[in-house]
Amino acid sequence: MARVVVDVMLKPEILDPQGKAVHGALPRLGFEGVVAVRQGKRFELELDGDVTDDRLAEIRNAAETLLSNPVIEDYTVRVEQ
Amino acid sequence: MKVGVVTFPGSLDDVDARRAVNLAGGEAVALWHGERDLRGVDAVVLPGGFSYGDYLRCGAIARFAPVMTSVLSAAESGMPVLGICNGFQILCESHLLPGALIRNRERRFVCRDQRLRIENASTAWTSQYDEGVEVTIVLKNGEGGYVADDTTLDRLEAEGQVVARYLGDNPNGSMRDIAGIANERGNVVGLMPHPEHAVDDLCGPSTDGLPFFTSVLKELAKA
Repeated sequence: MARVVVDVMLKPEILDPQGKAVHGALPRLGFEGVVAVRQGKRFELELDGDVTDDRLAEIRNAAETLLSNPVIEDYTVRVEQ
Repeated sequence: MKVGVVTFPGSLDDVDARRAVNLAGGEAVALWHGERDLRGVDAVVLPGGFSYGDYLRCGAIARFAPVMTSVLSAAESGMPVLGICNGFQILCESHLLPGALIRNRERRFVCRDQRLRIENASTAWTSQYDEGVEVTIVLKNGEGGYVADDTTLDRLEAEGQVVARYLGDNPNGSMRDIAGIANERGNVVGLMPHPEHAVDDLCGPSTDGLPFFTSVLKELAKA
């Protein structure tokens, strides 16, 4: 079994109201010194069998078509050992 | 003229949209997300709501529903398609319309009677308006902030693809106050406000939404 992790983040120029809300809550709870928060999504894909280049390419395709919206989001794919 | 209204799991405004079609003088046909068959309709409305619970992103999963395969190819061959609210999000996720809709700038769900200006009265869904007319139509959304890059926004403005714009306070942070856009051909329109809730004086702020539905019927009669 292998696990591939896809992280999806809003592009830097896209407003992130959720991140801003979290950022606003931190000092209210006494957590100081955080200058910005951006919130994203993490997908953990469990595969049966090994991770091959072909399967990684397929996962990148899935990341681009379903897991992220390339108009507003960037993604990274990595294999977790 | 038959206007199909798609019901996805989580659609809320499909019944109102069908009622609006009938009030406008058309024949509303219920379409189901799980079937590819468009049942011989001449136009399609993707209604508001929270299809698939808004999981992943609003409209992201609905985009891959079996019915959407047929809607996409019909839209590409010129069939009028109107996406309202969640339907607009689905059209953007499908790339039938450019840009995307993100969480409201002020982070609150907005529900109010919204003043709008109809900027383009030559699309399949707006021909019964006078261009530049100001109307009041219900707006209710949590993720209605329209975003696109500057090149796309400039192109939309230059080609007259901005269909409606918010007047007064921008309710959701939409870039350039955009409330609705059309594709280049003008057959596909996405709109954040809900014209189907503004077709009857008894239960809406106005009947200003009705021309969206009479427009498409007129357009179809012409064809």
